[in-house]
Amino acid sequence: MDDVKKLEAFQAKIDAEIKIEPKDWMPDGYRKTLIRQISQHAHSEIVGMLPEGNWITRAPSLKRKMGLLAKVQDEAGHGLYLYSAAETLGTSRDEMFDQLHTGKAKYSSIFNYPTVSWADIGAIGWLVDGAAIMNQVMLTRASYGPYARAMVRICKEESFHQRQGYEIMMVLAKGTPEQKQMAQDSLNRFWWPSLMMFGPSDAESKHSAQSMAWKIKRKSNDELRQAFVDASIAQIEYLGLELPDPELKWNEERGHYDFGAIDWNEFWKVVKGGGVCNKSRIKARKKAWAEGEWVREAAMAHAEKRAERAAKN
Amino acid sequence: MNKQDALFEYLLRIADNALILGHRISEWCGHGPTLETDIGMTNIALDYIGHARNLYQYAVEIEGKNRTEDDLAYSRDTTAFKNLLLVEQPNEDFAYTIVRQFIFDSFNYHFFDALQSSSDERLVGIAKKSIKEIAYHYRWSAEWIIRLGDGTTESHKKIQEALDEMWMYSGECFNADAIDNQLLEAGIGVDLAAVKSKFDTRVSDILKQATLTLPTEEWMQEGGKQGNHTEHFGFILTELQWMQRAYPDMEW
Repeated sequence: MDDVKKLEAFQAKIDAEIKIEPKDWMPDGYRKTLIRQISQHAHSEIVGMLPEGNWITRAPSLKRKMGLLAKVQDEAGHGLYLYSAAETLGTSRDEMFDQLHTGKAKYSSIFNYPTVSWADIGAIGWLVDGAAIMNQVMLTRASYGPYARAMVRICKEESFHQRQGYEIMMVLAKGTPEQKQMAQDSLNRFWWPSLMMFGPSDAESKHSAQSMAWKIKRKSNDELRQAFVDASIAQIEYLGLELPDPELKWNEERGHYDFGAIDWNEFWKVVKGGGVCNKSRIKARKKAWAEGEWVREAAMAHAEKRAERAAKN
Repeated sequence: MNKQDALFEYLLRIADNALILGHRISEWCGHGPTLETDIGMTNIALDYIGHARNLYQYAVEIEGKNRTEDDLAYSRDTTAFKNLLLVEQPNEDFAYTIVRQFIFDSFNYHFFDALQSSSDERLVGIAKKSIKEIAYHYRWSAEWIIRLGDGTTESHKKIQEALDEMWMYSGECFNADAIDNQLLEAGIGVDLAAVKSKFDTRVSDILKQATLTLPTEEWMQEGGKQGNHTEHFGFILTELQWMQRAYPDMEW
């Protein structure tokens, strides 16, 4: 088959909702887009361990400490499934790590914001995982089989994280004035960056249209963002907190909330490396990787020795 | 000491070991040498915090002063903590972490194994629940000792150095004091001499497989069980207890 025919057959499969599997033919652009997106997603999980991990040793109760440890461990697990899904497309974990460490690959910009109070652990679980779920539920139907299947598992755990995060916020919001202030302050800092997580407006998103045609993505950034705002307002009201957006109001005609303009300058600044934690996050990842090198080498050397001994016997 | 007080102290010692070592291992979360090791260590940290909670919950019942598990973890000061000096030692690097873990697991597994035969039913229940996880830790750290000892020249050197330096904290595990003896006689506690002989066999077997040399440390360090800690301990509490100290009497 020539390439045009292959491409037609490929698109026909996608249109018929038949999953693309690792050994199937796929256009280079599809493969590259998936590697970029899946590895970026995996990196987000791994880098995302850092801001939350920051509070493990300071969690305010033993129950909360276990909840947080388990959550951060789940993120590591998600990273593992996603790196494995990306590997089915012909890249390797070492290669992906290298791209993360050199800044060639991106990760979700939200993790470049600092966690400065315990309430941030609540806000991240509730808003950041909540925003991620909006995206990820859609991805459980992505056209690439291994990615879609990894997402099914990830979504289940993320929903649990979101409930856990909201519950942390609820306890704070119903607590002492200091605790309520802690929750409000955290909402103020995480609300807008959470909305930015959906990415630039569709008109400006360079990958959106093609990804929709390939059914890697099924909803636009703006649609997902709107769904997130609509879902969050009642939750904020229930907490008795104030939304840091004076322009928010219900639009009867659209059947959605209208909200204020997002500061895209801030978004691009943080994406391009200008957030308060961009440098420290990558530094922490590089340090862990460099300091672990002798351990990984030793494990390899030992495995080889064992294999040699087994071959002799 | 009456039996109730002695049992309370005994429970604190076991629980504090679990909490403090869990705290130390949790410091690795997000910084492990591989993603798989990171997940494994976080799992172990979770196991320990879980063990600590079970034991604290029993301890506060024995004490009968309406305290909670969190009161024990977050409101006691340094000298009221009764963990072994071994478990409060800093992570330093992966070699130290593994050595600390290996020494502790080689003790802890046989300790909990024996605890399953205690005359105290509640302790038996806790021991039976924990032993499966502890058996996993026992395998995990021994496998790493072998891998790093019999890995590269560099890893062999690092792990031997860590072993030589940490060994002085191994002796305290088996140091029986009046409380240990009282509870042993009551049929509740564990015979530490019997645990030591199993520990010695295990350690020498694993070190042999790892091509490592058993240190010949002359001076053993002790005191944690009686509340006399190393300089590292205050910093652990500074982090661990900060929220509860800064915002006392609140629900989280």
